[in-house]
Amino acid sequence: MDVQIHLPSHVRVADDRDDETMINANVHLVTPGETITNDPQFMKGHGAYNDGDHTLVSSLGGVVDQINKLITVRPLRTRYSGAVGDVVVGRIVEVGQKRWAVDVNARQHAQLMLSAINLPGGVQRRKSESDELAMRTFFAEGDMLVAEAQSVPTDRSIALHTRSTKYGKLRNGCLVTVPPALIVRCKSHFHSLPCGVDVILGLNGYIWVAAHVAAPPAIDEADARVTAEALYSNQNDEIDVATRLNIARVANCIRALASHDLPVSDTMIMYAYEVSLAYDQPAELLTASNARDVATQAQLMVQQSME
Amino acid sequence: MGRLELLSPEGLRVDGRRANELRKVSAKTGVLAQADGSAYLEMGNTKVLAAVYGPRECRMRSQALHDRAIINVEFTQATFSRIERRPTRKFDRKNMEVQLQIRDTFEAVVDTTIYPRSQIDIYLQIMQADGGQVQACINAATLALINAGVAMRDYVVACTVGNVDGTPLLDLNHIEESQGTPEITLATLPRSGNVVLIQMESRLHMDKLEKTLQLANDGCAQIHERLDEVVRKELRDLVHKVGQHSNTVRGVSTA
Repeated sequence: MDVQIHLPSHVRVADDRDDETMINANVHLVTPGETITNDPQFMKGHGAYNDGDHTLVSSLGGVVDQINKLITVRPLRTRYSGAVGDVVVGRIVEVGQKRWAVDVNARQHAQLMLSAINLPGGVQRRKSESDELAMRTFFAEGDMLVAEAQSVPTDRSIALHTRSTKYGKLRNGCLVTVPPALIVRCKSHFHSLPCGVDVILGLNGYIWVAAHVAAPPAIDEADARVTAEALYSNQNDEIDVATRLNIARVANCIRALASHDLPVSDTMIMYAYEVSLAYDQPAELLTASNARDVATQAQLMVQQSME
Repeated sequence: MGRLELLSPEGLRVDGRRANELRKVSAKTGVLAQADGSAYLEMGNTKVLAAVYGPRECRMRSQALHDRAIINVEFTQATFSRIERRPTRKFDRKNMEVQLQIRDTFEAVVDTTIYPRSQIDIYLQIMQADGGQVQACINAATLALINAGVAMRDYVVACTVGNVDGTPLLDLNHIEESQGTPEITLATLPRSGNVVLIQMESRLHMDKLEKTLQLANDGCAQIHERLDEVVRKELRDLVHKVGQHSNTVRGVSTA
């Protein structure tokens, strides 16, 4: 067994410009206990509290955002807080009464109701007691799934649903976790990369990297049972070695990007993937210096493409 | 055996500091990839690693509170952290007392009501003990909580101060602590000046108390300045990396 030893390296991506000059003048940074404003016309939002009559004080370290008269403080690193319509990737942690508890990297487990999933035998089917007893055949503890946030109550946990063919159980791949702030919000979070790998960028920072599957054919009623059974299968398909290596490579590219606080989007992953082809084995991307190399070059490519 | 001279006639202490000088404070946040927030803090030779997990689902559902989060603190000292190697025990009475003190300190300042039914875990590990473990832990936990994006009304900064023959000494090291010097640990909120923790395990004449506390307060102010510097630097770094491609529409927070 060979062991690689690396010297600690000063990690700094792409540009060495001075911090002060890099920051846009209108970015207002605050730390806890710092006065944001003394002006009585403003209202407090998340991350701010009133101290005395008119003074707004920050309760977080982060950036001040202002919408009209509302002032909020946005922390740059925090757990996923949820918004309606978000695509999230999660893991079942508990099977309960008519519901599953799903770990989505939020303040509490999200809830997935039995009534919020597609059951075998057609969309219009009523949920019966036997479905309740058979809940583990749909999702058991440890299963991964992709879902959409249906509602985000202020005092309770996020409610999810999988009532679309896009959502459901995940297999044939692996999970990569990154800080939620790095996921770029965009039109679609389901991407098929040209290298034969599918990526689901959950807005909660969980990313599913899997072998490409052909788009499911339109469901017709007679065929519904077959497709639905495939929907909740726990069996991985046969995946050839080249695809497996590609999955590992994409996963390691995402890790490299995340370790340098770079945004994770489909284009960014593709650039990182192209750069990473210089290394034979995906495992080589895990060393600090190679990861930095990949991240830096991917960032440069994005900057060039924008110019 | 005579008592060690803790303050020389020239006004210097055993490690060469003056009576009102802190040891060097250096800190770094975001040192652990797995934790939601983390910090490493050195005060002289006292070194502590803090990790914050949460707010997250309560481990024990029976403990969950419907209106606020619970805070759970775990304090351990590494076997190699002291002069003599000592195995860590699970239920060390002394450690459990520190845990409770730190938990109460942060319950006073963390805005727990916005995280109902959740749990915030703070793990503190002393890597090297050279006096003032509690103050180092509180300062490191503050940094880790800010790093995790947990809402708190203010920094909590802590400082110890001793008293040798009527002269208050700031930030005692292990040698000074072990000579039976009366030692006060003070934790304050710099904005309001409120005291959230004050603790002393020996006797001190009341006439000396005011001067001693005054020095502790000054020490807290200095530490606050230093911690704020660290947090700001980290934030600036993050803004220029993450801020530009924030997943929120400008001005709309997802929090």
